[in-house]
Amino acid sequence: MADLHQLAQMFRELDDQLVSCMRCGMCQAVCPVFAQTGRETDVTRGKLALLDGLAREMLTDAAGVNDKLNRCLLCGTCQANCPSGVRVMDIFLKARAIMTGYFGLSGTKKAIFRGMLANPRLFNALTGMGATFQGLFTKKVDDMLGSSCARFNSPLVGDRHFKTLAATPLHKLVPELDTPAGASGIRVAFFTGCVIDKIFPRVGQAALEVLARKGVGVFLPAQQACCGIPALSSGDQATFDKLVAMNVQWFTAREFDYLLTSCATCTSTIKELWPRMFKGDPALGAAIKELAGRTMDISQFLVDVLGVTEAPAAGGGKVTYHDPCHLKNGLGITAQPRTLIKAAGCAYTEMREAGSCCGCGGSFNVAHYELSKKIGSRKAQNIMDAGADILATSCPACMLHITDMLSHKQAGIKVKHVIELYADSMKNQG
Amino acid sequence: MNTSIIKEFAAVVGDDNVMASETDRHAYSYDAAVLNSVMPALVVRPENSETLGKTVKLCNDHGLPLTVRGAGTNLSGGTIPHPGGVVVLTNGLNRILEINAEDMYAVVEPGVVTAKFASAVAALGLFYPPDPGSQAVSTLGGNVAENAGGLRGLKYGVTKDYVMGIDFWDVNGNLIKTGSRTVKCVSGYNLTGLMVASEGTLGVFDKIILKIIPPPKAARSMMATFASMQAASETVAAIIAAKIVPATLEIMDNFTIRTVENFRHAGLPTEAAALLLIEVDGHPAQVADEAALVEQICREHGAGELKVARDAAERDAVWQARRDALPALAKLRPTCVLEDATVPRSKIPAMIKVLEDISRRYQLTIGTFGHAGDGNLHPTILTDRRDTKEWQRVEKAIDEIFNRALELGGTLSGEHGIGLAKAKYMVLETNRGTLDYCRRMKSVLDPKGILNPGKIIG
Ligand SMILES: Cc1cc2nc3c(=O)[nH]c(=O)nc-3n(C[C@H](O)[C@H](O)[C@H](O)COP(=O)(O)OP(=O)(O)OC[C@H]3O[C@@H](n4cnc5c(N)ncnc54)[C@H](O)[C@@H]3O)c2cc1C
Ligand code: SF4
Ligand code: SF4
Repeated sequence: MADLHQLAQMFRELDDQLVSCMRCGMCQAVCPVFAQTGRETDVTRGKLALLDGLAREMLTDAAGVNDKLNRCLLCGTCQANCPSGVRVMDIFLKARAIMTGYFGLSGTKKAIFRGMLANPRLFNALTGMGATFQGLFTKKVDDMLGSSCARFNSPLVGDRHFKTLAATPLHKLVPELDTPAGASGIRVAFFTGCVIDKIFPRVGQAALEVLARKGVGVFLPAQQACCGIPALSSGDQATFDKLVAMNVQWFTAREFDYLLTSCATCTSTIKELWPRMFKGDPALGAAIKELAGRTMDISQFLVDVLGVTEAPAAGGGKVTYHDPCHLKNGLGITAQPRTLIKAAGCAYTEMREAGSCCGCGGSFNVAHYELSKKIGSRKAQNIMDAGADILATSCPACMLHITDMLSHKQAGIKVKHVIELYADSMKNQG
Repeated sequence: MNTSIIKEFAAVVGDDNVMASETDRHAYSYDAAVLNSVMPALVVRPENSETLGKTVKLCNDHGLPLTVRGAGTNLSGGTIPHPGGVVVLTNGLNRILEINAEDMYAVVEPGVVTAKFASAVAALGLFYPPDPGSQAVSTLGGNVAENAGGLRGLKYGVTKDYVMGIDFWDVNGNLIKTGSRTVKCVSGYNLTGLMVASEGTLGVFDKIILKIIPPPKAARSMMATFASMQAASETVAAIIAAKIVPATLEIMDNFTIRTVENFRHAGLPTEAAALLLIEVDGHPAQVADEAALVEQICREHGAGELKVARDAAERDAVWQARRDALPALAKLRPTCVLEDATVPRSKIPAMIKVLEDISRRYQLTIGTFGHAGDGNLHPTILTDRRDTKEWQRVEKAIDEIFNRALELGGTLSGEHGIGLAKAKYMVLETNRGTLDYCRRMKSVLDPKGILNPGKIIG
């Protein structure tokens, strides 16, 4: 373990970014964690002040700062609304990497990130076993899943009402695809993402179905790795770099026009974090940038590129939409998913605070479940108050957490990905 | 702080509401002012009136300096604690106790967030006008303690014009009741008035009675460009001379216009030397008359482009430009010093010249915008505090801004308060005798000097 002075030196590298916070406190209006606790250490301004305090050697309790730093959903709401344009996400992710360098990665996380995520085959095999022996999960496997892929929670922890691992993951249902462009003249690559692959393969299937019906060629490489966000948000730069490098290698093997995902978190990680946070082989820099530039959320692709438009409502239940932080805050994608819902002929109703975080926040959900539940419970209430029969969203991680929250309230509201609604409507049209 | 005292506080407010760790204390060592932080010894968060009173008394019993903190957004160091002191948070006291539509008043706890209150009032078809730029987070207690202003000051006044009464705790833990729920009240000293802008130095607010009013039925906004700040400020004077009191009358200099345009790309006239943003409101017929007259006055004073908002979206665009001023400027450099020296309205052209002169002589980037209608300008110095040479020039420039504003018959602060930042200038605006009077008064009301020491009167 390095000494405190060295740690301070490392944080001083963030100085140029830290100094842009003018301590105006406006982030108090938007931070979902602060809304629950009212504690300054939970809001951006407080966290930035703590990092600044460490950098200036005004503080000695680095572990204390690390704890506070982790009480954050990395939802990006503060950054999207910061009047001073502070690059909060960059700062927090870099700070987490520095902290992990200082304190080391916990044994469990090391086992997961380095041993499992970074070996997609092993990860697939292990979770495959997990699905088969779901009821027999040992405590150890439980821990591993619980804190591994940020959004990857075990079904057996506490009183969580969890989605269990799918019986058959997407990579078993559709091992690979390499179809040429059809009527649309467009060919895309599809990045599945861990949560869709292992918990919601039906979302991946829906996306692939829609693409096929639209005459879009698809390249789905047989091998895909995690996008890297769980490792990065735990400060494990090495694993992040490794995952990005593997993905870039596999996805650059064929030609295509766009890289699509139906996971908001994967989209924002690939688009925003791959180019900025990758510290591995510099030779990959150009390819990463290029790939990131062509990456799109599935609804954005359908609406902006293929020109899908709203259709008259065709009856059925009322749908409301939750904006995943990773689409709304960083990428500003809010209109396209709503358009897609309406294109599916659903009756749409907007809920209160549609753009506020559901409280999942990856490993935050695991480490701070109570807080996560409070934030999610407010979301669930808003969904119920909207009188919707279906909650649609664009991120499987949000789907997981909201399912948990709605089920706690016995709301009887279905949770779906927007692409499922659209796929269903296409099917009904035959 | 010694653990037995911490235990006493915990016995009052509960363990969860006492924060003594280094990290927690560090997070309450600053506010929005550009000043050095000071760590308190303890942070406590009372959740009801009774425990707030007991907390105040406990601080006094132990002679501990006490700084009340709302959202910590003040720009003058009002919530930077005294070394070894206790920070008392009000965000656990955030209930709107009553909104009385019949008698048009409301009773609130001090930690209620301004915008939440305003929207609760609006939901009943009524109106609470004070709208500081920080209203999405600022607390009503903080607004009253700073006498916060906002964009509507010219016509609707500032926070003090809406405070009908305050219940506050004195240092001995007695609840002092002032003011009333009636429009008129002459029972005793105007202690309510004394509490407004007291920045936590005379008492700790427990409840505040606020006046609410019927909202205007109509409003019209417009935007006019001018070839000089001089022409724009003469237009302001002419509008007032024509006996029109716009709800809002804001000015922006060319630097601010360009910065905002760079930031939002909303099509602002970047060539214009000055921009006036005007809103008249009231009865629809009156609004139509006044808007026409304002338009005519603008043209007579050489307005170039003149845009009248035709619908809600266009009206929004006008005010978005104004709301963007601070964020857009703040993004240019690491440190942003937002001043609010205020001069009589007629002296705005002179003050603008002063600012241009100061910016040139000290080689500093200063963007100026503000409430032209009430003489309250916000010269915003963009700098980097880490550049010690430049920072020295900034400090000198600030000194000079204050001196010149006072020479023009103005005041140190229109709305941001004195706090720590401007305490040393107080004697320039008033005099020794005034400060002595204030200090004597405080020494009797707060013999141990525990209430927010160092603020306002040094
Ligand atoms: C982006 C931005 C924009 C702003 N725009 C404006 C503006 O347009 N107009 C304007 O006037 N100001 C503005 N301000 C300044 C600031 O927001 C106001 O001064 C506001 O009133 C402070 O409220 P607060 O809750 O943050 O109070 P704090 O900063 O927490 O406290 C302010 C003072 O009030 C005292 N206080 C708080 N609660 C109590 C209580 N219960 N009893 C006794 N004393 C108490 C504190 O001790 C302190 O001295 C702005 C600030 C920012 C950062
Ligand atoms: S809103 Fe931005 S500048 Fe203001 S305190 Fe929060 S992080 Fe800092
Ligand atoms: S990222 Fe989200 S949870 Fe974290 S500080 Fe910002 S707003 Fe709060």
